[in-house]
Amino acid sequence: MGTDGCIARNSLPFLRVCGLTKNYVRRSGIWRTRISVGAVRGVDFEITAGNTLALVGSSGSGKSTVARCVTGLERADAGQIWVGGTDISRLGNRALRRFRSEIQMIFQDAVTSMNPRFAAAQIIEEPLLIQGRGSKEERRRRARELMSEVGLSPDSADRSVMEFSGGQRQRLAIARALALQPKLLVLDEALSGLDLSTEAQITNLLLELQAAHSLTYLFISHDLPLVARLADRIAVISAGRIVEQGPTPQVISSPNHPKTKALVGSATTFQKTYADMLGVSR
Amino acid sequence: MTGELSEELVQITDLTITYSPGGSPPVRASDHARLEIHRGEVIGVLGESGSGKSTLASALLRLLPSYARCESGSVMFRGRNLLKLREPELRKVRGKELSLISQDPALSLNPVMRVGDQIAEVVRAHMTVSGSERKQHVEELLRAVGFDQPQQICSAYPYQLSGGQRQRVAIAQAIACRPVLVIADEPTSKLDAPLQAGILALLSEIRRRDGTAFLVISHDPTIFPGFADRIVVMYAGRVVEEGKTEDIFRRPLHPYTQALVRLSERYFLNAGASRMRFPVIAGEAPDLTRIDVGCRFEPRCPERMQVCKNCDPRELTPEPFRRVSCFKYGN
Repeated sequence: MGTDGCIARNSLPFLRVCGLTKNYVRRSGIWRTRISVGAVRGVDFEITAGNTLALVGSSGSGKSTVARCVTGLERADAGQIWVGGTDISRLGNRALRRFRSEIQMIFQDAVTSMNPRFAAAQIIEEPLLIQGRGSKEERRRRARELMSEVGLSPDSADRSVMEFSGGQRQRLAIARALALQPKLLVLDEALSGLDLSTEAQITNLLLELQAAHSLTYLFISHDLPLVARLADRIAVISAGRIVEQGPTPQVISSPNHPKTKALVGSATTFQKTYADMLGVSR
Repeated sequence: MTGELSEELVQITDLTITYSPGGSPPVRASDHARLEIHRGEVIGVLGESGSGKSTLASALLRLLPSYARCESGSVMFRGRNLLKLREPELRKVRGKELSLISQDPALSLNPVMRVGDQIAEVVRAHMTVSGSERKQHVEELLRAVGFDQPQQICSAYPYQLSGGQRQRVAIAQAIACRPVLVIADEPTSKLDAPLQAGILALLSEIRRRDGTAFLVISHDPTIFPGFADRIVVMYAGRVVEEGKTEDIFRRPLHPYTQALVRLSERYFLNAGASRMRFPVIAGEAPDLTRIDVGCRFEPRCPERMQVCKNCDPRELTPEPFRRVSCFKYGN
């Protein structure tokens, strides 16, 4: 785990985001005047290889825009996104392609990110096909391997995506994201909307995969208690700016910014009601 | 409150509903379910997706999809069987005596109609009041759900409001005709934690002020402490346990409830728990198209016995105000 102040060679940042800015243009009023809405304004953070950074904020705070810029789904208006020694925000589409396989994204609603006519194996093979990896047989073998790695039976490789449950589809989304052996996974609310028991299973799976493949995670969520259990560091985003960041235990036990205090506060108020009910003192 | 003799509003008995969309194999969404709701009570229905909790709510409002089939049972609401009621009579009940707060007000509100008009529409349908009285009533409702400047909200369109504000508008709409029972289907699951607490406090206040009963459906057990009087736990279409909220959390009886309560500790903010594995319930919920005998939780249950696979567990009453369907507590 990345302890602050430890200057080991392997603790160099895998991802470094400097001054990331992204504006959306909206037309408003009867004259349809163009208004620039600052979604993300000067965001800085870095993630050490093999570590997890949680980007926490309420809806509309700009956290998903950060995710979309880091994965190259959106072009940043200003700022740099360093992956290793390359600033990917400056790359053209062709050069970016190589980096796309290193950075993969998992979305909140797995099924809307999948072709409903595809079978499970096709979903996983698609990124391999796009990147031109392996023969048909090799791709099929890899899909089956990945299915068992994420806890799906390879026997269901030919079943349609629509036949899978919510939890199984999220496993499938993880398998697809892993197909290109990425180094960084961007998880945008990947666990919200899942049932409690499914969420617990998927969380454990993510922890196991991280340990097995030294994956780096950028975990985007509004759920502070959950990220506290997953992340090494937490960055709190509000109105497009990062208002506080630091190692998880520090952010939780001594929050500085009012926004962080509000998040910690609402989590602990709830916890108190709950603990009172259970009759335990915590 | 449970324990006191208050008027029984709803009695659902032996309700079995199957779904078969497009002629697919029937899924038993509700399996001999039973539920009572008394005046002024907050009942929580706790269950994961596919447990049948929303089916119960839809049956109560008779908003079941066209491919639903009611195989057995009745839904009695103040002496009338809602499943047998004709559409014009049903329309007098819905919105007036019985109303719904849905999960996503962004979908349930009309996007091209001002908020004030949408609330007034409900009032117009069920109450005979003049236009100015109606306007005043709408503003009072908006004030009651926490808006300081109701006139402004009245003239806004849903898209101009935040998620939390929209949910408050939906609540104002639901309580417009002072219903005796409001069904809230996952009322907070689309909201951030600080907003969640506000909505739950508002529902509690409405209950206190108007004596409204609430049936609150959620997959998140943590919204119930301090809010619900009783909890009904559902799994795979069946009610597996019911009890007072504190009993469900302090002494859960059914192995499934026990596991859920353990899982919900994940909501505790623990600074020292980084990268700690979560406790899990192994396996997945059963495929409800394959209806057979036995406890539905048996394949995942850590305490399963031979009998669990071969027989359906009967409902037992191990203590007052409690029921559980598990062979651990007898046969």
